[in-house]
Amino acid sequence: MGEILKPGDADEVLDIIQWATNSAVALDIRGAGTKIRLGRPMSGLPVLDLSALNAILYYEASELVLSASAATPINQIQQALAENNQVIAFEPPDFGKLMGTPSGAATLAGILSCNLAGPRRIQAGAARDHFLGFNAVSGRGETFKSGSRVVKNVTGFDLSKLMAGSYGTLAVLTEATIKVLPAPEKVRTVLICWAQDGSYDHGGVKALGDAMASPHEVSGAAHVPAALAHLSGVQFIAETGSAITAVRVEGPGPSVEHRCRELRQLLGRYGSTEELHTTNSTILWREIRDLDFFTHDMNRLIWKLSVPPSEGSRVALKILEGNPGDALYDWGGGLVWLAMEPREDALAEVVRSFVREVGGHATLFRAPDKMRATVSTFHPLDGPMHSITKRIKEGFDPNGILNPGRMHDDI
Amino acid sequence: MEMPKPDQTIIDRRSQIINDLHSIVPGEGLIADEGELKAFECDGLMAYRQLPLVVVLPETTKQVSQIMAYCYKNDVKIVPRGAGTGLSGGALPLEDAITLGLSKFNKILEIDYDNRCVTTQPGVTNLAITQCVEDRGFYYAPDPSSQIACSIGGNVAENSGGVHCLKYGLTTNNLLGIEMVMMNGEVIRIGGKHLDPSSYDLLGVVTGSEGLLGIITEVTVRILRKPEIAKALLLGFESCESAGDCVAAIIGAGIIPGGMEMMDTFAIQAAEDFVNAGYPRNVAALLIVELDGPAPEVEHLISKVERIATNNNATYIKVSEDEEERLKFWSGRKAAFPAVGRLSPDYLCMDGTIPRGQLAYVLRQMSILSQKYGLRVANVFHAGDGNLHPLILFDANNEGEMEAAEALGADILRLCVQVGGVLTGEHGVGVEKRDLMGEMFTEEDLKQQQRLKCAFDPGHLLNPGKVYPTLHRCAELGKMHVHKGSLPFPDIPRF
Repeated sequence: MGEILKPGDADEVLDIIQWATNSAVALDIRGAGTKIRLGRPMSGLPVLDLSALNAILYYEASELVLSASAATPINQIQQALAENNQVIAFEPPDFGKLMGTPSGAATLAGILSCNLAGPRRIQAGAARDHFLGFNAVSGRGETFKSGSRVVKNVTGFDLSKLMAGSYGTLAVLTEATIKVLPAPEKVRTVLICWAQDGSYDHGGVKALGDAMASPHEVSGAAHVPAALAHLSGVQFIAETGSAITAVRVEGPGPSVEHRCRELRQLLGRYGSTEELHTTNSTILWREIRDLDFFTHDMNRLIWKLSVPPSEGSRVALKILEGNPGDALYDWGGGLVWLAMEPREDALAEVVRSFVREVGGHATLFRAPDKMRATVSTFHPLDGPMHSITKRIKEGFDPNGILNPGRMHDDI
Repeated sequence: MEMPKPDQTIIDRRSQIINDLHSIVPGEGLIADEGELKAFECDGLMAYRQLPLVVVLPETTKQVSQIMAYCYKNDVKIVPRGAGTGLSGGALPLEDAITLGLSKFNKILEIDYDNRCVTTQPGVTNLAITQCVEDRGFYYAPDPSSQIACSIGGNVAENSGGVHCLKYGLTTNNLLGIEMVMMNGEVIRIGGKHLDPSSYDLLGVVTGSEGLLGIITEVTVRILRKPEIAKALLLGFESCESAGDCVAAIIGAGIIPGGMEMMDTFAIQAAEDFVNAGYPRNVAALLIVELDGPAPEVEHLISKVERIATNNNATYIKVSEDEEERLKFWSGRKAAFPAVGRLSPDYLCMDGTIPRGQLAYVLRQMSILSQKYGLRVANVFHAGDGNLHPLILFDANNEGEMEAAEALGADILRLCVQVGGVLTGEHGVGVEKRDLMGEMFTEEDLKQQQRLKCAFDPGHLLNPGKVYPTLHRCAELGKMHVHKGSLPFPDIPRF
């Protein structure tokens, strides 16, 4: 790690970026550093540490809007929201334990910049869907803003979407505004407990499809094969010894009870069903969100696949054929997490060729620095997509000083 | 409204351009006859009209690609057009630009129930998507009031909303993928049937880009199961303040209704006279609150909202008894624009968003402005998300009245920005609000937005004169400003 520059406010961020761009010094942009192991390693660059930009600036519960400085911890925001019975609906994950970085420290801008969302993605949307506006400093050394503090706005290009998932390669966020929502009154989970033998990947994904095609407003849809289920922190699941398929419903009490009944009836044909109430539901969806199932063996590589939901299990099983590993399915089958034995090439060609067949993309999510320096961590861009991506980058950061190479070789 | 100065050399080459385009799109797909061009001279913002140089209506992505490549090579500008229902002049033709219409892209390509999505050509109407899946109990959630006519490609270009977007999101939240032709003729696919991009969110920036970044030739949207039931409440109040307080209290209680609309006295009377929706006439503000979902949830929430309304001094409360009555409640709201339009030869429909807490203040200021200009203003309002639709009544035959109406509209939008809101919540900037962009954005903000434009369209050939008040050349935007000296910030802690 190189020198650390720690600005105290947005003006100092501007000063630093102006100096960096004039001097052609590339920077490693960080909030709390919980995601430094995502994407290409930035080894040796001076670090722009934003952790001092830490304050909630505006929160009006009845407007469903919150603004905070870039590096405000998500935990701090969630506490403020909880006082008004509100939440960040996209369920920001905490990958600290998974990645071997600090837990509970993730920041607002960090989550937005990586566009990370938890199981509720299927119902509430991703981080990008809640990102209303921001202030930032571009790689040109200029302050600019986009969006606003109201939930409905189509004035000008939606640059918040562009910033979401850009991993700090376009501009340094100094302040962000997000939409917040009422906390669900009640949560329950319907479980399908499969027979003892087999992992039931196909059956599980099919059942999730049925649940998501029902009118019961499912807010979580995951399948945990038996090989992982026994690791669950929910005692009941750990003890069943079988694969489980989990479907979450949230909302007002009478509604949740009604929908649970209906879902148990709908899903009963796959196997016996059970219900988890508040505490166990919370544990289960948190461990799915944070991928606790893959924190036991830190040597394994982790791939994140985004595919059409109905194809999730087919793609996963093709990849796992002959390559030892485990699959965990979220987002109704559309999000597949694979944990695999380490290999020098990370099996990238195999993984990506199967994903290509069905449409979607694969990210090498956890791997040693050395491997992430050589294997493309993000799905490679084809010709026209590569050139448009490069031109966008050049429009925001012509000297390539912001997290260069973090996502792609020359981006 | 000043449009970019037409390029006479292009106009002089018109017959050559027509010939060249004809070799790409033969037969009736090319419209050059002045009488026929009339049908394309404006979109839903009818105050502005201009005959296009020529209209081309391709049928295949390949044709679109060839047209774009041709225009790119020959410096010909393009104005994209869907169904022409836009309300901000986004499809207003230019004298020296071809209008590229997508109306022949009218086929639904695939219905995929396993992945709960529909892939369609962009000229298909919003409502047709719902219609093709409703026999299986599905629907497409965003429902702009023009949904019977507006095209899904246009919805993507404008990021259209509708009365249900508080709960179900705008177009951008329901879109999974597109195929798009770039200005140089290249065809790219963004997204698909999976969620979230692996790299920059191009789907997110193209949505709502008002035809400035590319031509959309295919769209994939997610479909949802229809809620089990829906019920609506009519709530009347003696003041807009009470109605506003009630809206805040409903959200404060953790309820996100499927729709929550407000109308002021003027709009209520006009709607009642027009469609007889059964609205109370003796209230200052009316709320329509719709709750949808499983029956037990709807019943539970209806009684909760009733209690909240009573606590907030509602003077009139009525719950829809059946589906017929629910639709009747909505009939007045859905007919509000034409109902108000009946009272006046012309009207302008504005579209600002404000923080809801500012509603009472904004309505008071608006009535002062209305008196100042001597023009009547009716208000309908997506109360849940703060999106205002003031309707300004005027008569274009009276000299100066249209200009006065536009000036009043601009003042109203400035007011929205002053209280922390925005110029447009769902109709887009187009030409209508273009010159007000400086109220919301600095020159730097606007330049950075245009640098994104340059990445897609370096020659400013796509829909020039829309959205951005000043067109900077891309080379000029790309220039780096050298900042102050290189001795950096002695005061900043370094480790």
